[in-house]
Amino acid sequence: MTRRAIITGAADTAVGEVPGSSCMGLHAEAASAALIDAGLKPSDIDGVLCAYSFTEPHLMLASVFCEYFGIQPAYSAAIQAGGATGCIMAMQAAALVEAGICRHALVVAGDNRLSGLSRDKAVATLADVGHPQFERPFGVTIPALYGLVAQAYMHEYGATPEHMAAMAVNSRTHAARNPKAQMRKPITVADVLASRFIAEPLRLLDCCLISDGGAALVVSAADAARDTAKRGIAMLGTGQKNTHEHLIAAPSLTAFGCRDSAAQAFGRAGVRPSDIDVAEIYDSFTITLLVELESIGFFDKGEAGPAALAGALDLGGRLPCNTHGGLMSYAHSGAAGGLFHVVEAVRQLRGEATGRQVGDAELAFVHGDGGILSAHCSLVLGRQ
Amino acid sequence: MTDKPWPVPNADTAPFWDGCAAGELRLQRCTACGAAQFPPRALCAQCHGAAPGWEKSSARGRIVSHTRVHRPPSPTFKADLPYVVALVALEEGPRIMVNLRDSVAEAPRIGDAVRIGFDPPAGPHGIALPHAVAADAP
Ligand SMILES: [Zn+2]
Repeated sequence: MTRRAIITGAADTAVGEVPGSSCMGLHAEAASAALIDAGLKPSDIDGVLCAYSFTEPHLMLASVFCEYFGIQPAYSAAIQAGGATGCIMAMQAAALVEAGICRHALVVAGDNRLSGLSRDKAVATLADVGHPQFERPFGVTIPALYGLVAQAYMHEYGATPEHMAAMAVNSRTHAARNPKAQMRKPITVADVLASRFIAEPLRLLDCCLISDGGAALVVSAADAARDTAKRGIAMLGTGQKNTHEHLIAAPSLTAFGCRDSAAQAFGRAGVRPSDIDVAEIYDSFTITLLVELESIGFFDKGEAGPAALAGALDLGGRLPCNTHGGLMSYAHSGAAGGLFHVVEAVRQLRGEATGRQVGDAELAFVHGDGGILSAHCSLVLGRQ
Repeated sequence: MTDKPWPVPNADTAPFWDGCAAGELRLQRCTACGAAQFPPRALCAQCHGAAPGWEKSSARGRIVSHTRVHRPPSPTFKADLPYVVALVALEEGPRIMVNLRDSVAEAPRIGDAVRIGFDPPAGPHGIALPHAVAADAP
């Protein structure tokens, strides 16, 4: 059996509005911090995986990063799968080190989406994921596309605006314990329901943030991980599923690939959802998280909302979830947004999540979703 | 309003947009397996058979989801706010996206029966965008 890849370094930059930041500067800062975390030098890195950028877009972002950072690794590539990119980069890095192609692979993403773009420009760029001929002409945005999912899901499974709001409240409750989070002021379900509509039924507080920030991981081969500074975190299982890109062509409006992606990761890890101590799950919108929690098998259909209202996703609950504050309260800066979930899972498993630590966390689940619940990637991580 | 994201027809989609301009909703149907298909493609996404044919749709279907948009993708849509985007499952099976117009836009419900109509041709390619009205609208 293949010896499983080990996450040996994990770090992120300051997030929120980071004055004076640039896309590549955030990449470099996150990469340097992850290398220090791992106790490695830049020359130890023989593989690099990058994602994409809104503020400094380029056809070859991994080459751009390597040139900027000053390394010439034996392997580099850029991956684009929207919000699933962070998890997919981690999965790909694991495959590279398990195959013996790399010893220490660096996964890095960052963007100064908040300070480097106007809010209007960010919204317009994101709306480009709609089908150019059969969706965008009707004035859709990403929130509108997820609003369509929310309306269908409410109709089929009885989810309510209160159930969705509970997801946003949970994120903020966690973020209040995290000094780095962009939004820390506590909110209530009533606050969410009083915020203005963006695309019904989704309101402003049902939506993720727009942030500056970067994040990076070092993924090492099992034998190479012995040289690193901290307790390694094993990548026990990974999985992916892609069912569509555009919502008009989705096989279903209420059943998505997160189920199969997660089942694959759990199967490879040999664990079940009920074994997981802490979950970091992509939460671009409240409905995203609610659908994923119920599709992945953490809750039955119709139960995630009521459970969240009762505190199930908080520390001490059945499934502490998005303990850093997630995309809705910690930060969302493009592909780094999905990496923040992975970085937080590593911190939880190492016992480094000061002030928000899940007691004795041994197994973590991380999930990324790209497009309109189109591309999914799941990771099961464990303490070594 | 020429800066709206007007469709640019290509080899796959030109027959669809030509149909819209002629007041006719067209779908592809696979000559091998019989599956109706949208969006248009050079092959059948069910059986991968080549060159699906075109047929006139009933232009009738039901709302399978809807959202009233309050924050537009770009300033060019601001004059239309708030507008309703809906997914309609056509009688033939495929799902299309449209804006809802007239009475059905006031309080749309999943399951509402609608029929597809067309806006006047506009934009650089003379595109007649489809929209949906209540099935029993005059
Ligand atoms: Zn066919």
